[in-house]
Parts: sequence; C-alpha cells; structure tokens
Amino acid sequence: MALKERGAITGIGETAYSKNSGKSVVALQMQASLEAIADAGLSPTDIDGVIVYGPSGVVAEDFVTNFGIPDLRFSATTPMGGASAVAAVQCAIAVIVSGVCRHVLIPLGRNGASGSRIGARVREMPQFRVVGEFEMPVGAIAPAQLYAPMARRHMELYGTTSRQFGEIAVATRRHAALHGNAIMTAPMTLEDHHASRMIADPLRLFDCSLESDGAAAIVVSAAERARDLARRPVYVMGVAEGHPDSPSVISQRPDLTTLGLAKAAPRAFAMAGVGPGDIDVAEIYDCFTYTVLCEIEDLGFCRKGEGGPFVEGGATALGGRLPVNTHGGLLSQAHMAGLNHVVELVRQLRGAGGATQVPDAEIGLVTGYGDMGDGSVAVMRRG
Amino acid sequence: MPTEAAGKPLPEPTRDSKPYWDGLNEGRLLLQQCAACRKIRHYPRPVCDACYSMEVAWIEASGRGCVHSWTVAHHPFHPGFKEELPYIVAIVDLEEGVRMNAQMRGVTPGEMRIGLPVRVAFERTKEGLTLPAFVRAP
Repeated sequence: MALKERGAITGIGETAYSKNSGKSVVALQMQASLEAIADAGLSPTDIDGVIVYGPSGVVAEDFVTNFGIPDLRFSATTPMGGASAVAAVQCAIAVIVSGVCRHVLIPLGRNGASGSRIGARVREMPQFRVVGEFEMPVGAIAPAQLYAPMARRHMELYGTTSRQFGEIAVATRRHAALHGNAIMTAPMTLEDHHASRMIADPLRLFDCSLESDGAAAIVVSAAERARDLARRPVYVMGVAEGHPDSPSVISQRPDLTTLGLAKAAPRAFAMAGVGPGDIDVAEIYDCFTYTVLCEIEDLGFCRKGEGGPFVEGGATALGGRLPVNTHGGLLSQAHMAGLNHVVELVRQLRGAGGATQVPDAEIGLVTGYGDMGDGSVAVMRRG
Repeated sequence: MPTEAAGKPLPEPTRDSKPYWDGLNEGRLLLQQCAACRKIRHYPRPVCDACYSMEVAWIEASGRGCVHSWTVAHHPFHPGFKEELPYIVAIVDLEEGVRMNAQMRGVTPGEMRIGLPVRVAFERTKEGLTLPAFVRAP
C-alpha cells in the first residue's frame, strides 16, 4: 500500500494518429513527450527518470540526448507488451516514492502501420521464445491465432457470442467518431461487425485492433508536487501488475479464460480503497474485443462468464452503465499499446474529454494486457 | 526461436528440448518428467516447478487426449501457411495431464467441440522435420 495516493499524472501528450506519420519513431516520441512535459508546466531538463517501451527501439538515452537532460537518475523498461504502459506507472511511482526521481517520463510511440507489423515482430521477441519453438511451427503464428482459443473456450463454456464481441466494437467505434483524434471513424453497426471477414475464428476483422503510427507520453510526479504544477492533477489511488499462470504460453494455462489482470485488480482496488462499483469511466486494453470482455470479468464488474450479457445493449458506450474506451481504444483510435488509454483517462478525470466526456467523472481505471496475458491496472481520481 | 527457412517458421531445438524433437522424428511423443518427484511437464524446460529438481527423464506419451479449445485460421499471417488456409489449430489435453497444440486433420470446423477425443499423428515436412498433428480418435 506504500504507493497509495503517492503519485499523480501531471502531464499528457499525443501526436496525431495516422497510418503513415511520415516521421521517425524517435521524432514521434519526442513530439509527444515535449507536449506532455509542457502540459505539466515543466522543462525537459526537469525529467529525471524515463521508462521506455522496449519494442519501439527508442531508449532512455535518446531523451538525454534530445532534451539535454543533465542528470538522468533512472531508466527502465517494463517488458509486458501491452501491459507495459500501466505497469510503467507503477514503476514510476515506486521510484518517486523511494526518492530516486521527481518527474518520470513515460513515452510510447511507433510506426505500426507504415513500419513493420506486430505479427511480424512478435517472432523476434524473447518473450515469445517458447511459442516460437512449439506453436508457431504448427501454424499458430500471430496474436489473433494465439488468443482466439481463449475466446473460443469462453464461448463454449459460457455461451458468449460473436454478437457480444460486436457490442464492444460498435461502442468503441462510436467513441472514436466523436473523439477528434482517431483513425477509424466510419459508423459501424452490429451487422457490419458480423459481416467483417473471419481472421482467426472466432475473431473477425472488427474484433481486431489497428496497426497505427503516432506517439503518446505522460509525466508522473509525486502527489505532493503535483498540486504546484500547471494542470489539475490526476492522482493514482491504486496500481498493480499481475502475471497469469503459464505467462508465456496460453495453451498451458490452467484456466484459459483468466488473465494476469485477475491477480492485479484486487490488489489495485484494495490499495485504492474503492471497488468496481465506484468506477465512472474505464479505459480497458482492447487488442481484441474478447480481451475487453474478459478483463471486465477479471476486474470484477461481473462474475466470470457474465461478460457477454454485461456488454449487451450498448452498456460500454457513453451513457451506458460502464463507459469503456471513450477515445476509441486500440480498436478504432490507434494502437499505442495502451498509453493512449492512460492519456484518455487523465483527460476524462480533468473534465477535458470533449465530445466523449463522461459527465462528472471522478474515479476511473485504466488497464493493460500484454504478451500472452500479463495484466496491469491503475485506479485514478480527479484532483 | 523459429527461423524462416523454406517458407515456414521452423523450430530451433534447444538443449532442453532436443529429445522432444528427436522423439517426433522417430514417431514418438516424448514428454519431460521430473526424475525426482515424477511430475510431468510440457513444454520442455530445465526446472520442475513442484520440487525444483533439474534432473530430467523423458517418457513416451500415449498420444491420446481431448480437445480443450481451438481456432480456425483464415487470415494469411504467414506466407508459409497460406496454401493450407483455412486450418484448425487445437489445444489438446493429453492423458498425461499437460497440453500441446497442433493442427487437426480430418475434422471440419463444425465438428470441433470441447472434449472431442483425439490422438497424435506425425507428419514429415518437406524440410525433413516431423511435426505433431491430431486426428479424431476412434
């Protein structure tokens, strides 16, 4: 509980999201980072810690070089794929509370559409070493193919349907169309979802997230310093990461329908001193629609197996019982490996959500999901 | 880590896994068993998570199991598999209490269900490698 209410998100930045940025990944991350640092009312030389996203290839030293940081005191990476961004928030607060750093920058950016694609990159990553040896040779190559059996098992055990996955896709697209910085904005219906081609059964094209170009960045500062900075702070009430059983190989996991988030969520809620019923808005990692449904269960919004009925009837859309991914998520805004989810939650809790603002949002949460099931979650409140 | 020789991702056996791949080449499905506490584990790795022994034995599995879950691949994520689409990849509970995944043969997607009894088959690839597959058990 040492991290409870000790850190705050004090600055956020984002580039425009696109399918062809025309810029280097380093330039994208610098642009988003400069915006986040200015948003906090800080100078780039105030940054004394950087937690980078390993797969992007941009390292902490790039920030020292480009910003002229005189004395970087901490650098790290949180190698959990899509769970990295929220896990980095936990890491940042830990080094702030311990006195190592004052202001930690968390950047994330990629040319995921115009550069090499995720499906090609995963085969080169060490955390996929085991599936690389035993599962990819028999044809389970891409994340969609490796994750689809989790969704299929959920459907067979609990009666979950593709149409319920579609509910998530449709609500998310509706938010993207309103947001102002999202790649996919054309209206989508449940029928459109059903008509989209099958990728890895039961996952259709519209169950899958985007590949995109762009960058996001946040600044994490000590809670007591945050009050003196430029923006209304957003305090991190509770934060945790969790690793599922058989973390690197889904096929060997005792329960295919449970993620690492199921371990992290109770710890984060206990630290925060609130429960799922207190959450006004949720930015939930959505590499696939099914992942959102499973995370809703693992977070405790409903019981295991009840995620399908939970999301029906636009429940995750603005005005629904749990507005989810008010920015359009990875499914429709852009794939920034979930740092765009953190940025959006901060915007919501500042009351700066624009057309997708959840009225009177006071407490929200953001999750990450990565590699083969690592999870992370932060519960935040407006200052 | 897989390599891209001959179009498909090929396994690169390690010192921990070489007996598994050698077994497949001989038409036998071998599993690691802890030499100390007898716990069977898969995929091959150096330490028993029950007793931390690093002493390893190999046993021949029955090859029988039942379907735990599956996917039907439709999108060509890898050029080496494009000609085989659509194909079923099943996760199978082996009788020995561990799982493995491999493609299904002789079964349509509509026939797939949790618990479907299957047995392992061995397929020689044109690269000279033997991969496991599953067929419906009688």
